[in-house]
Amino acid sequence: MTKKMKKRTWRIALGGILFIAAIVTEKLGSNLSENLILGIFLVAYFIIGGDVVKRAVKNIGTGQIFDENFLMTIATVGAFLVSEYPEAVAVMLFYQVGELFQDYAVHKSRRSIADLMNIRPDYANLITADGTIQKDPGEIHMGEKILVKPGERVPLDGVIVKGATSLDTSALTGESLPREAQIGQTVLSGCVNLTGTIEMETTKEYGDSTVAKILELVETAASRKAQSEDFITKFARIYTPVVVISATMLAIIPPLLTGGDWKVWIYRALTFLVISCPCALVISVPLSFFGGLGGAGRSGILIKGGNYLEALSEAGTIVFDKTGTLTKGTFQVTQVLATGCEQSELLEIAAYAELHSSHPIAVSLRDALACEMDETRVTESMEEAGYGVRTVVDGCTILAGNTKLMEKYGIPFENKESIKTVIHVAREQKYLGSISLSDELREDAIKGIGKIKQTGISRIVMLTGDRTAQAEEIAARLGITEVYAQLLPADKVEKMEEILASNEGRGKVIFVGDGINDAPVLARSDIGVAMGGIGSDAAIEAADLVIMNDQITKIATAIRISKKTIQIVKQNIVFAIGIKIFILLLAAIGMASMWAAVFADVGVAVIAILNAMRAMKRLND
Amino acid sequence: MKKTFKLEELDCANCAAKMENKIALLDGVNECRVSFMTGKMTMEIEQEKESEILKQAKKIIHKLEPEVIVTEL
Repeated sequence: MTKKMKKRTWRIALGGILFIAAIVTEKLGSNLSENLILGIFLVAYFIIGGDVVKRAVKNIGTGQIFDENFLMTIATVGAFLVSEYPEAVAVMLFYQVGELFQDYAVHKSRRSIADLMNIRPDYANLITADGTIQKDPGEIHMGEKILVKPGERVPLDGVIVKGATSLDTSALTGESLPREAQIGQTVLSGCVNLTGTIEMETTKEYGDSTVAKILELVETAASRKAQSEDFITKFARIYTPVVVISATMLAIIPPLLTGGDWKVWIYRALTFLVISCPCALVISVPLSFFGGLGGAGRSGILIKGGNYLEALSEAGTIVFDKTGTLTKGTFQVTQVLATGCEQSELLEIAAYAELHSSHPIAVSLRDALACEMDETRVTESMEEAGYGVRTVVDGCTILAGNTKLMEKYGIPFENKESIKTVIHVAREQKYLGSISLSDELREDAIKGIGKIKQTGISRIVMLTGDRTAQAEEIAARLGITEVYAQLLPADKVEKMEEILASNEGRGKVIFVGDGINDAPVLARSDIGVAMGGIGSDAAIEAADLVIMNDQITKIATAIRISKKTIQIVKQNIVFAIGIKIFILLLAAIGMASMWAAVFADVGVAVIAILNAMRAMKRLND
Repeated sequence: MKKTFKLEELDCANCAAKMENKIALLDGVNECRVSFMTGKMTMEIEQEKESEILKQAKKIIHKLEPEVIVTEL
């Protein structure tokens, strides 16, 4: 509890005791004068709600008549004037208890989110010639060496140059198992070093490091509001004036028409004012969204805003890019078929040809060569998207790519139908041979697709640049029936447009990619999901939702979180508005006392908040 | 240009919504978002009107919730 809350609690307790004392005195019918009893009620009233009255008076000066302090003050002062002393104090008491509860709930959820995102490193140990110095992570430059001791948070992204350790990556991935890291491996900022002291060479400035990127993302997430969030603030803006105007009419019109008792109608009008506070509504919706975003974060799913959470809950179709998403995207060379040169030479030429490409196949070829590469040997390099590359290595023009590339340049080649990925290589228009690579399915791909089907998504589509036979083989294993193969990167955007058009009225379209070369498709879809976003800036930039580790099952988790959050939001909206209207009706016909009204008002707020906090709970995969 | 502020002691969700609406109407403010949950305000404003906008925005904030402490991030 904060100081402010403690103060409020004391005031409520003290005022409450006095209030009970006043009621008891009154009920006992003692021979104390009425003025004395009124005096005790007034003292209790000001102890409990003095601050509300003070703010209300201040607000009149600035013309804010629809402010909740003002409304509560009018309602309670009005109750005093119609001699309903206990009600006046009780209304203020309940109102304050409700406010205290709200503050506590908000404080708690703000705190738990803050803890969750408490991954900002405080310092970095810079290694210098004279030992280590503690510095702000922002002052460390790329390429400098830092020391990370057990228990410390890794401050910047870098590569281990000395030592080995195990790392707790749970803050980034939601993964509770520690990860081993040795010399030469990349370590991301935000992880906690568990066992050994390591020396790292930083590969990024702090601002570009994973931890800074994630923090930035999370902080901007709350400002992207969902439609229902905007709806409720708009509703609140109309609701209060409408209720206040109705209250005024209720106080004046019926007694004029029927000649009834003014006191009765004024009392009913004051009850209206008590119900006119919109805070329960306004607070419960953003709290739910915030909880949902926080709960997702805890599971290693970063969602960039409430609007995406809302869209995700309405998803009807999911489109997967195959490589790097359903499959690991790291290829293994399984066969080298050299016809025009030695096997080792073929691999070397292919690796050099792909030297400047970031395609996963290129990376795998370079890994397969496994030696230091001399960049000067490559003098010209051109990527032909969807085909392969054309480069000049050692002065000779090399073509490396798929069958379409060979056909384009009119090179005769051996084509064996295979479900593997095959890279054909030609030098100076002469065919040298082919390299077969295979890509593995992710461990949880089959399970992940199954879980997605369970969430109610009816249409699952796979897009890939691979050949049809290969694509269909993988799709069959995963239980995906709609496959579009042999697509160039540009075709994928077009396909996405087609899917979006054909999906009209059947929910939103999710696209899942690895964020490396499918940024345009990520942007075009309703919700772009990047897999294995951790460590990839491009993915974090382009996607609306980032799965921090590379588990496909997390997509289903994200959908479930979104559905649960939206359900909570809807419950809160319907419940809060429903109860308020119900009590308004009861009050209008004289069936609800001011007690009931404030109880309903505060009760609704508390229940809505407790309900909203359910959204924060972590879901099991 | 984009500006972000921390609003400490922001206690009333409805006030936060009101702030957002009123500040968004100021001349030179293209967008304003107040997040009650994070206690942060982000605005997209025209650079040349910056000082006037900040003055007015602070006035609006303090009128709605006098206890709020505004600090730029």
